[in-house]
Amino acid sequence: MVLQQQKLKLLSAQKGHQLLKKKSDALGVKFRQILGQILEAKNKMVDLLKTASFSMAEVKYTAGEIRHTVTENVTTVTSTKVRMRSENIAGVLLPVFEVLQEGNNAQEAAGLGRGGQKIQQCRDKHMEAVTHLVKLASLQTAFAALDEVIKITNRRVNALEYVIIPRVEGHIHYIESEMSEMEREEFFRLKKVQNVKKRRAIEQAAAEARQLALEAAAPAAEGGAGAAASGMMKRAADEDVVV
Amino acid sequence: MTSFVANHGYLDGLLRGYRSGLLTAADYANLTQCETVDDMKVHLMNTDYANVFQDLPSPLTTQSIAEACTRKMVEDFQSLRQPALEPLAKFLDYITYGYMIDNIVLILSETLHERGTENPAGDTQALLDRCHPLGLFEGITALCVAQTPAELYHLVLVNSPLAKYFLATLSMENLDEMHVEVIRNLLYKEYLKDFFRFCQQLGEPTSESMGDILKFEADRRSINITVNSWRMQALSKPWGHQSIQLTRFRASHLLGVCPVQPTRPDRRLPPPSLPQDDRQRIYPTFGELWPEGTSKLQDAVDMDGLRAAVDSVEAYRDVLQQQNENPDKTIEDCFFEKEVQNCLLAFESHYSYGAFYAYFRLKEQETRNIVWIAECIAQNKRDRINHFTPTI
Repeated sequence: MVLQQQKLKLLSAQKGHQLLKKKSDALGVKFRQILGQILEAKNKMVDLLKTASFSMAEVKYTAGEIRHTVTENVTTVTSTKVRMRSENIAGVLLPVFEVLQEGNNAQEAAGLGRGGQKIQQCRDKHMEAVTHLVKLASLQTAFAALDEVIKITNRRVNALEYVIIPRVEGHIHYIESEMSEMEREEFFRLKKVQNVKKRRAIEQAAAEARQLALEAAAPAAEGGAGAAASGMMKRAADEDVVV
Repeated sequence: MTSFVANHGYLDGLLRGYRSGLLTAADYANLTQCETVDDMKVHLMNTDYANVFQDLPSPLTTQSIAEACTRKMVEDFQSLRQPALEPLAKFLDYITYGYMIDNIVLILSETLHERGTENPAGDTQALLDRCHPLGLFEGITALCVAQTPAELYHLVLVNSPLAKYFLATLSMENLDEMHVEVIRNLLYKEYLKDFFRFCQQLGEPTSESMGDILKFEADRRSINITVNSWRMQALSKPWGHQSIQLTRFRASHLLGVCPVQPTRPDRRLPPPSLPQDDRQRIYPTFGELWPEGTSKLQDAVDMDGLRAAVDSVEAYRDVLQQQNENPDKTIEDCFFEKEVQNCLLAFESHYSYGAFYAYFRLKEQETRNIVWIAECIAQNKRDRINHFTPTI
């Protein structure tokens, strides 16, 4: 019974180990992929932010100081929002951020009289940078989340591989060795019993031979006792078989 | 004209002195060679900017450079304004009205968004810091009190020099419902018209030199408004199907178009461009392009339409052609060049107030140039460093 349980345990542990190993590999692939993307995105980010802030300089040149005009016109309702949804990678939910555009920009009339085109360019550049920034943010979050999950998975894989499986295997080994030892003992005992039986049979045969010799000498006087002795021998042999 | 020298001879001399203090080609060449923004200070110390840059702490930022240059311009203005006699004094006041309009619109947008009510004392100071120093006037601090543009007018602006512009604008519209950018442009339009009329009263040669400059300014505004209102059309397209939440000063509001009904999401939003009669309303009503050119501009929907509209005026035709030949220049860059030329021309005539106006325009352009160079150096964009319009 216990052996069967342990064997099942071993089997499921091995299966779990295989599955977790696969998961860890899949996550690892994704992880490295994201790492590459982050690197790329960060490099691109540098350029984007540079052009964006330079387009701000262009606006300053053409439209003058628009900072206050823009900040004073900020409303509490924005047309650009970030939405979060989650993506499932090998059973891990990773957050993905998306930029949403709703409606029109409240500030689109800025610079109507002067510098409107440059302001528009500047807005576009910054919008592009922000979109990219959001993308980078979701990559970074995914990166951190994946990192954590990979750590957990690897810990589980290792725990299965180096702790659980060896321990169960040890149990099985121990049970099997105990059982085979018991078997050997049993075998040995049976052998012993057989020896005893053989010896007794020989002794009995000898006794019978002696009895015959005695009967031959005094057949009438010793007949009852000899029959009783042989009946007792039979009972003892019966008992042996039962045990 | 005979009394010009007697009345304004000193100031004219002073002005021409200032004019020679404008940066030269050699100065610009030196500035563009600078390695860091702080190096610019060393060069600017050799120019008229010496005293404003003297006590600027290092490291310099483009912001502090811009502020210092503006301070210099204001100093120049004050030293011209203080000893000025009429009508030059009034003329100089007119120059400040343009800045006042910007300041008022700034305060207006602040009041519209209902800020500055909780802590009026601290906010007033912060607000004034944001205003252009040339556009400050008596009573501007009281502006924060007003809650709506109409109230603003009744409480404060009645006594300010801008009252008549507001009156003209107010009579047309309910100010509360208008977009601040439209208000700004309407005010500016009235201001230009008034300034133009004032200059015509001054007689030759001011009327001539200033007339040219102001007409150019008016036409430039018309063309810019036209070009910039297309942009609003283009902008709205990709999100036309999205639903819109109305806020008080949404573009759709200003233009009087209905937002998409949520029940019919498939209907496309009408492009929130400035409707053409709105456009017509904020075009300045004088200048070379007025009235035939502006009515054509009103119908213009692309560059070809624009070209057709300004075709009758040689100067603008040239500007557009120039822009066509150099795709990396915008129309506004070309207009800057043209403006500098006009302003330099204004210095050629004697006994004219036009030179005073021209000087401040040039000074503004010079400030822009210095800031541009500083930005290019700060952001390490040396390939673009020469894309400014020198005031020479």
